[in-house]
Amino acid sequence: MTPQSLFRPFVAFSRQFPLAANILRRLLLSFVLLWAVTVMIFIGVEALPGDFATTYLGQSATPEAVANIRSELGLDQPLLTRYVTWLGDAVSGDFGNSWASGQSVSEQIGKRLGNSLFLAFFAALVAVPLSVGLGLLAVRYRNRIPDKIINILSLAAVSLPEFFVGYLLIMVFVVTFPTAIFPSTVYDGMDFLTRLESIALPVATLVLVVLAHMMRMTRAAIIQVMSSAYMETAELKGLDGLRIIIKHAAPNALAPIINVVALNLAYLIVGVVVVEVVFVYPGMGQYMVDAVTVRDLPVVQACGLIFATIYIALNMTADILAIIANPRLRHPR
Amino acid sequence: MPELLEVKDLKIEATSYPPGEDPVRITIVEGINFTLERGKVLGLIGESGAGKSTIGLSALAYGRGGVEITGGQALLDGEDLLAMNRKEIRAIRGAKVCYVSQSAAASFNPAHRIGDQVIEASLRHKLMTKAEARERAAYLFDILGLPEPESFGKRYPHQVSGGQLQRAMTAMALCSRPDLIVFDEPTTALDVTTQIDVLAAIKLAIEKTETAALYITHDLAVVAQVSDDIMVLRDGAMVEYGPTEQIIEQPEEDYTRALVNVRSIKHQEAADQKRKYFEMSGIHAAYIGGVKVLNDVSLHVPKGQTLAIVGESGSGKSTLARVATGLLPPMAGEVRIEGEPLPAALKQRSRDQLRRLQLIYQMADTAMNPRQTVGQIIGRPLTFYEGVRGAERDRRVQELLDQIEMGEGYIDRYPAELSGGQKQRVAIARALAAKPEIIICDEPTSALDPLVADGILHLLLDLQKKKGLSYIFITHDIAIVRAIADSVAVMYQGELVRFGPKSEVLSPPFDDYTDLLLKSVPEMHLGWLEEVLATRKIESAGN
Repeated sequence: MTPQSLFRPFVAFSRQFPLAANILRRLLLSFVLLWAVTVMIFIGVEALPGDFATTYLGQSATPEAVANIRSELGLDQPLLTRYVTWLGDAVSGDFGNSWASGQSVSEQIGKRLGNSLFLAFFAALVAVPLSVGLGLLAVRYRNRIPDKIINILSLAAVSLPEFFVGYLLIMVFVVTFPTAIFPSTVYDGMDFLTRLESIALPVATLVLVVLAHMMRMTRAAIIQVMSSAYMETAELKGLDGLRIIIKHAAPNALAPIINVVALNLAYLIVGVVVVEVVFVYPGMGQYMVDAVTVRDLPVVQACGLIFATIYIALNMTADILAIIANPRLRHPR
Repeated sequence: MPELLEVKDLKIEATSYPPGEDPVRITIVEGINFTLERGKVLGLIGESGAGKSTIGLSALAYGRGGVEITGGQALLDGEDLLAMNRKEIRAIRGAKVCYVSQSAAASFNPAHRIGDQVIEASLRHKLMTKAEARERAAYLFDILGLPEPESFGKRYPHQVSGGQLQRAMTAMALCSRPDLIVFDEPTTALDVTTQIDVLAAIKLAIEKTETAALYITHDLAVVAQVSDDIMVLRDGAMVEYGPTEQIIEQPEEDYTRALVNVRSIKHQEAADQKRKYFEMSGIHAAYIGGVKVLNDVSLHVPKGQTLAIVGESGSGKSTLARVATGLLPPMAGEVRIEGEPLPAALKQRSRDQLRRLQLIYQMADTAMNPRQTVGQIIGRPLTFYEGVRGAERDRRVQELLDQIEMGEGYIDRYPAELSGGQKQRVAIARALAAKPEIIICDEPTSALDPLVADGILHLLLDLQKKKGLSYIFITHDIAIVRAIADSVAVMYQGELVRFGPKSEVLSPPFDDYTDLLLKSVPEMHLGWLEEVLATRKIESAGN
């Protein structure tokens, strides 16, 4: 069989079902990416300077004690063997035990991830509709005062580093006008409303950080669509303004908006390390930072892998939604 | 009975915002008066910038971009459209007055089915029920000659051809039974062979539905076929206005006469065409994963002569240029200059081989870096091929600017500060800077107004005489071929159907495709459209 005849069925399939072919291709790409990430995380963590045994033992690190701990943790095995064992366990959801506390990493992460998702969910719940709404508003009053105000404020918010925004909010709402709860620690058995109240400040910080990006992308996407010839056609059909935007502009502005929303959702889960540390919030980010300081490798690896998976999954979802939103792929010639 | 549309003393202005200065008001159109009876067609003709689209859109009280209608009246059945509020004008648009744009491909929303878009206005204005509208759409698809009229509407815009989309847009305009349709260059973006079918379909549909129309175009020969009256416009003002017959046969103004007799070039075909200076032999080519675009094409051009390659879009004529320049290495076949084979791929060609073969593109706009000055654009090949720099380079650039008849004062300008014709001249100068022997011209005049295009063709022929250049001139316009070519190659669906001296190729007996191509070129006399349709043998592949 020549290589060409080997590929022919795939080519024929993607001609006939471009939508399915594109989605499959995207899924495949995600898995390849994810695998590449596992390699990078494993090697990256290996390459970290410092050693758990020496850090853990501190002053009493005699060569024998270090060697003992190393063999206890399996660090004397070859790199490849450790990678395969780790990957095999990770796929089945077992990330091993923390070296520092000896407890199951999966269990600890489960709770932490829940906290992080809780924070991200409420930040997204505020940020997504707010930024899309502000984007629409900015388009509606394009180049006029409301547009300019929205632009300046959101740019100012995005220009400040998130820890600075966080401390600023703490200064205003905790120190000067004590209205908000700080630190934002949550624990088991806390009732829902108190929990919401205590995450108010970190949510506000996150919203301020991601708002501008999504808002500006929405504005740009809609302006781009509004200037296309088919919008003029709609206008010259005598349709009313709202119908023009909803029926004719929105379906075509969807893909870029979905993409930027997904990118920011990923940031809300993955990129919140700094915010969690500032507000002493017991999420994944803080867990990972703590683990890095004591060279608790299983925890660092697990956190890295989960972050990467979330990131890849969200981007994949966005791409697939964008593929589905494209009529050319949905309805081939 | 009152006139359907009466435009009185129309004045249209735009605001321009020069960077760093106060906004400036510019008058685009002034002092336009005309009337249109029910069921009649008025042709608005002029070059780009003449204000013809702007005037056409005033019948919908619409100003494109920053354009504002600031004076005069547009009376539809005695009511002034320009005095109406937003709600009143919305009730007119899409119901009583409809619009057909130049590019149907861009004017259909890619996210919705064609049928839904065609009937949308009729439903929104509550003119008919959904079932009635669907039935009317199918009827219109039928008289416009679209395939499977009952199910055509179920397709999406990307699933049909450009010619079909243009007809579908006409159906969209006709669907709500409007009193008036504004056709804005509805066939300009189409191939000649497709244009003629769309033109005939539009004409038939206008007659059957007794709709009045404003027909906007830059092509006098086209408008002569469909309109009852013609208004000639230039720089936003009226030049001449009268019955079609009078404008075509006895134009009163000099400008109109120039438009009627635009093809002023007479080029004597060279006697000896046997010497193969530049040659392509047995070329087969395909794009990756695609179908074959070129099938066994062999042709040549002697030194100092012009070979015209004609064919409709998709015939493979631009692919041939890509193979010649090495942008697309062929699957089989060879490209030779003076008998010496050129490497197939661009990267393998030496600097001197690259120099001998230059290219001029259709869109001078996109072929130039907007952030570079004319001096940088033309100077680049001078530095690249000869290492010329500094004051010497400026001197050479100025010399080239003189050769393209642009003179002093352009070196420091940016492309955006030039007119369309000037941009194409700069592109020619850039090609000349390399001191080429062969220039491939890919439709260099098709984006230009007829009079400007005429100037460019004159320039190319002059340069050919002075420098002994060979041209491979790709075009879909037979009139240009007649004007400038020595030999002609006719392409159809990737094959060379005819090749030889111009006098032979353009004389009978014809093969079916050449016959169709030649007959599709609009001619400047009344009744041409009907004559042609009566004698056609095959249909265009683009339909």
